[in-house]
Amino acid sequence: MTIIDKPADVPAPRPDTDSGTPLLEVRDLHVEFKTRDGVAKAVNGVNYTVSAGETLAVLGESGSGKSVTAQAIMGILDMPPGRIPKGEILFRGEDMLKMSEEERRKIRGRKIAMIFQDALSSLNPVLSVGYQLGEMFRVHLGLSKKDAKARAIELMDRVKIPAAAARVGDYPHQFSGGMRQRIMIAMALALEPDLIIADEPTTALDVTVQAQVMDLLAELQREYNMGLILITHDLGVVADVADKIAVMYAGRIVETAPVHELYKRPAHPYTRGLLDSIPRLDQKGQELYAIKGLPPNLTRIPSGCAFNPRCPKAQDICRTEVPALSLVTEQDGTELPGRGSACHFWKETIHG
Amino acid sequence: MAEPTKLAKDDEPQDDATPNVSEVETVEAASEEEAVAALDAHVERGEPILQVRNLVKHFPLTQGILFKKQIGAVKAVDGISFDLYQGETLGIVGESGCGKSTVAKLLMNLEQATAGEIFYKGQDITRLSGRALKAVRRNIQMVFQDPYTSLNPRMTVGDIIGEPFDIHPEVAPKGDRRRKVQELLDVVGLNPEYVNRYPHQFSGGQRQRIGIARGLALNPEIIICDEPVSALDVSVQAQVINLMERLQDEFNLSYVFIAHDLSIVRHISDRVGVMYLGKMAEIGTDTQIYDHPTHPYTQALLSAVPVPDPDAREGRERIILTGDVPSPANPPSGCRFRTRCWKAQDKCAEEVPLLAVPERFQGTDSPAAHESACHFAEEKDVVHAA
Repeated sequence: MTIIDKPADVPAPRPDTDSGTPLLEVRDLHVEFKTRDGVAKAVNGVNYTVSAGETLAVLGESGSGKSVTAQAIMGILDMPPGRIPKGEILFRGEDMLKMSEEERRKIRGRKIAMIFQDALSSLNPVLSVGYQLGEMFRVHLGLSKKDAKARAIELMDRVKIPAAAARVGDYPHQFSGGMRQRIMIAMALALEPDLIIADEPTTALDVTVQAQVMDLLAELQREYNMGLILITHDLGVVADVADKIAVMYAGRIVETAPVHELYKRPAHPYTRGLLDSIPRLDQKGQELYAIKGLPPNLTRIPSGCAFNPRCPKAQDICRTEVPALSLVTEQDGTELPGRGSACHFWKETIHG
Repeated sequence: MAEPTKLAKDDEPQDDATPNVSEVETVEAASEEEAVAALDAHVERGEPILQVRNLVKHFPLTQGILFKKQIGAVKAVDGISFDLYQGETLGIVGESGCGKSTVAKLLMNLEQATAGEIFYKGQDITRLSGRALKAVRRNIQMVFQDPYTSLNPRMTVGDIIGEPFDIHPEVAPKGDRRRKVQELLDVVGLNPEYVNRYPHQFSGGQRQRIGIARGLALNPEIIICDEPVSALDVSVQAQVINLMERLQDEFNLSYVFIAHDLSIVRHISDRVGVMYLGKMAEIGTDTQIYDHPTHPYTQALLSAVPVPDPDAREGRERIILTGDVPSPANPPSGCRFRTRCWKAQDKCAEEVPLLAVPERFQGTDSPAAHESACHFAEEKDVVHAA
């Protein structure tokens, strides 16, 4: 059977229940790793906020620091070699970096959950999926094995795995890629968290299955009014589900914007380059625009704006001064809400 | 390599499954010399260089350890026919498990076909051996998907790109090889001084360039690209695609471009074939497939592609298929897509649809008049906003 539907309206992000404190706020986060070749600065001052019911998409290429930020939020960063020299991660106004390991453990899974990219390597191959799903209930809620199993079946039903009761004892390899990703989603949802971080949840899936999984995720998010951080490199997936977008490059956010605005008028040359370099389904292009060069080595980030060696607009100031994430305004000076660009020449980029 | 399996009687592919393909002009070579000489023949631009007819590959499923008994077969490729013309790019798309990579291996003669023929310049390469096969392999090269595992980490770049010359020394005499390798590096946009570096010193995009240089080393006529850019970042992907298009013009290459990313396939291909569960569902020029698809699977596939434009997205109708691809070991009867198709009727379970121009479009000039294996083929534009 197939469903033909018009895309559902994306609901406007609901107002926050807790009087204005966002669900999650990341402030000036820095993460670095000690390596043999020196210190790799993976995240260099990231700021973002997510409210309940809102979807923030973090967009970036490999090595831009998008996954490391997520791991820092979850508290699953390998330390050492990782280190957080500076920054705050506020969950409902409390700094998680100052909490004890025990307090963080209570938040992890119950309040903030994560969906990983590769479902096959994230699930334990020698335990049945029912056992792994039930673990959430046994450990966090202290349920008995029998009750946990019943709850696991319920969860599998909710993520639309057919014949859940019959398949609860199956092992991960017996499921297809899309079904495995559903199990990952079920696991993240188990304790009805306030915030879900999805790290490339559909990258390993085929387009037809990808659409199913993204739809499911959006539906469940609406149902529970959760905050969602969607980490991806796919500009197409982002256009579908995100409310706002943060584009990362070399460990910094170079542009933030509401989703429609970003695609219509990018205010950073990197974003523009990315948008121009994807082939389109509805038109046969000539030569693709390619951003020249390679992403920088994180142990030797270029001085000034990190994008300057690849940027077509680079001037002398770009090589010396790091551009701050500044507010983007209309030509007449009216503010564009939620928009920011870390480029010395954002005016020329957006209006030029 | 798996032993060739015999086809069961009722599994025999129908000869008329694809009635529209052109006749193959076969070359009968009496001796190896003649066969090799025929492979050097020049093919005009736009003439078929590779013709695939009813290609079948079944992998046997066996039971028992000592006394192996065949209990079934995974029908990875099940009767596929297409032509590749000189100088064109044929894109092959499909979901994982549809057999597109098996087709690539069969074209390279890395797997023995269960049945069917692959004619390269009129000679069936599945039957060649010895010097003639070696000559064919020189002319058909491959670029692999994963640039991290397809390069030997213990060999220098010079050795990797130069290795084809060890097998085919006639292409480059020994003393000339280093210069040749450096030329190739230059052609793919890498610094020729990098010959002594190792693969780990390069980024993903650069490694894929090395893979392409190795594919070009023997001046092949056909390059088979199996997901050449899917492991790369967006900004680097565009660089590699542009490079491949430039090389095609420069060296007059024909590409078989296998990928699951439909946008990229449209960008690079002249013609596109859509595969589902080991069969070709629809084949035609890029405009025919993308702007006027007639097979429901193609329509579903196209409508599921996320479009990087939220405004265009909102007016679009989306077809979301339920369920997964059925197992190729036990495909549905009749039309293989019927279990996920919203148009399926009784006829679809009984009769295998042939890959042909649908009757209603026959003789018309409409772009919908291309080969589509569906009983109820209907044109539907799913790419452009409604």
